[in-house]
Amino acid sequence: MEALDNLSLGIETALRLENVLWCFVGVALGTAVGVLPGIGPTATIALLLPITFHFEPVTALIMLAGIYYGAQYGGSTTAILINLPGESSSAVTAIDGHEMARDGRAGHALAAAAIGSFVAGSVATLVVFLVAQPLARIALTFGSPEVFALVVLGLIASIALARGSTLKALAMIFLGLLLGTIGQDQFTGTPRFTFGIRELFGGIDFVSVAVGLFGVAEILKNLEEERTRELVTRTVGRLLPGRDELRRIVGPVARGTVLGTALGILPGAGHVLASFGAYSVEKRVSPRKREFGHGVIEGVAAPESANNAAAQTSFIPLLTLGLPAHPVMALMFGAFVIHGIQPGPNVIRAEPELFWGLIVSMWVGNLLLLVLNLPLIGLWVRLLTIPYRILFPTIIAFAAIGTFSIGLNPWDVFAIAFLGVLGYFLIKFGCEPAPLLLGFVLGPLLEEHLRRSLIISRGNPSIFIERPVAAALLLLAVVALVLAVLPFIRRRREEIFLDEDEA
Amino acid sequence: MRKLEIRGSLKDLLAGAIFIAFGLFFAIGALQYNIGTPLRMGPGYMPLVLGGMMIALGAAIVVNGFLTGEPEPVGGIAVRPIVFIVTAFIFFGLTIRGLGVVPSLFVTTLIAALARERTSPQGALVIAIGLTLVSVVVFIELLHLRLQLWGPWLPF
Repeated sequence: MEALDNLSLGIETALRLENVLWCFVGVALGTAVGVLPGIGPTATIALLLPITFHFEPVTALIMLAGIYYGAQYGGSTTAILINLPGESSSAVTAIDGHEMARDGRAGHALAAAAIGSFVAGSVATLVVFLVAQPLARIALTFGSPEVFALVVLGLIASIALARGSTLKALAMIFLGLLLGTIGQDQFTGTPRFTFGIRELFGGIDFVSVAVGLFGVAEILKNLEEERTRELVTRTVGRLLPGRDELRRIVGPVARGTVLGTALGILPGAGHVLASFGAYSVEKRVSPRKREFGHGVIEGVAAPESANNAAAQTSFIPLLTLGLPAHPVMALMFGAFVIHGIQPGPNVIRAEPELFWGLIVSMWVGNLLLLVLNLPLIGLWVRLLTIPYRILFPTIIAFAAIGTFSIGLNPWDVFAIAFLGVLGYFLIKFGCEPAPLLLGFVLGPLLEEHLRRSLIISRGNPSIFIERPVAAALLLLAVVALVLAVLPFIRRRREEIFLDEDEA
Repeated sequence: MRKLEIRGSLKDLLAGAIFIAFGLFFAIGALQYNIGTPLRMGPGYMPLVLGGMMIALGAAIVVNGFLTGEPEPVGGIAVRPIVFIVTAFIFFGLTIRGLGVVPSLFVTTLIAALARERTSPQGALVIAIGLTLVSVVVFIELLHLRLQLWGPWLPF
């Protein structure tokens, strides 16, 4: 009854008072930043990481995880009420959700989103619980060549699914890898690219990179073209849907959950893909095809279930393989490292309390979100009245103090400014920031295992082909890359995205 | 805000140029470290290889931009926000140890708030005072970060 032991250990840990409390703070903050346009979960987690330093590791991770899936909830609120998706994964929710709101049925849409998210989140958490251990067992047999191959596959796969130029995404990974080489070499201790500045010997802090790329670059972009935000606070209306509507969302929630759970495991924009996919599936199978786009409840329930399920299962690669699937997971990766834990298959064995506690806390968090969201919807909407002229200096103040407090190192603060400006221009020129962060976080791991593999093989690169698992993983990476670059597939992919945009 | 209209595939050209520049920086920089052999890689090995690949990728983006790029305006550049926000961070980094949290953060947020063109000096002052107070309460009182409120550069 190993599973039961794990479950009870998880419940015991997750229900400890301070953990419930910080889980609550996490999901509340997550909802807030999900609602607020102009600051997303990646920037928020990066901003708040420094203050979790003095927490117990499990408490810190529970709170940071809460911010992430809390933001998925919050994003749907603004999508429905003011047609402004707070998160990219809520973009499809806005289509029918906002129509419902204009129809005076905002309450029903919000309730459908919340209920769907809760069901999906619960199911997906169960999947994480069941899948994690077997996967980790496999990963435990990996040696350096396999880990190297896995990291390569993870990096490539994360860009194969993203939209936009594959070449640029690839270049962003390399830029991340290169920036990651700054600081002392792990093997010889030689300081690289530090210009003799002692403060740079430890390298650039990943918090600076994340805050710069996702916080400051975003601020610069917003200040460049300042839009006045229309504030349409409508009456939310009756919250609880009638029995008929509840029956209508059962199917969409179930299908959305399955799709989201599956796609969430994939590296890259799994949760965005999941919500788009769930919406188009519903549109195809629904008897009310024609009403889609004009405010059907199915069009809200399905994508919201999908993106929340995906948010939970995207923890699987991180927790079992030590491979972050997207920027938020890259930050969670860093959070583990800060607390002295190498994320990966060892975590289950070495830190069972943390591992199972974190998973159970996701269910606790989903429950808290359900309780937190529906009755307090008015409060969340009022957050939108916070003017940007106050919001952005707040982000800058928190970024400066928080990052400085990590190592009392002024260069960490300078690095924010550098990466903010660099990120602003790169985003302007059509490059997505996510691959850079992934490359940066995984760079040291990649170099370490490449060098180790080649020491094992006495400098012979054929070790990556002779070991079957490593060879298979690398082959998969090559296939993913070729598929992403091939013009035919690319066009097809753009079409899929276009199709959804017009939907 | 200065308008910089860029036509053609200049987005790709500029992105490629940034990548090539970084590739060159790291590849050339790597030469001053021991490169080593694949068996015993020196500290310069990875940056050299990665930098070289980065240059190639940058070049590919430029070429691709010329071949398939479509005219797309790049739009204005946020000169004022960049200048103010970079200055704010640099000021904070330079003075936080000497001046302490209160004066350093006050000036930092004041500069940052002014990055937005339409914020008046009075408005920025109010924001800076408010944010300094909030930050002291949150970071020092609640979270007990070990930062000095008033630094050694001050006469008191």
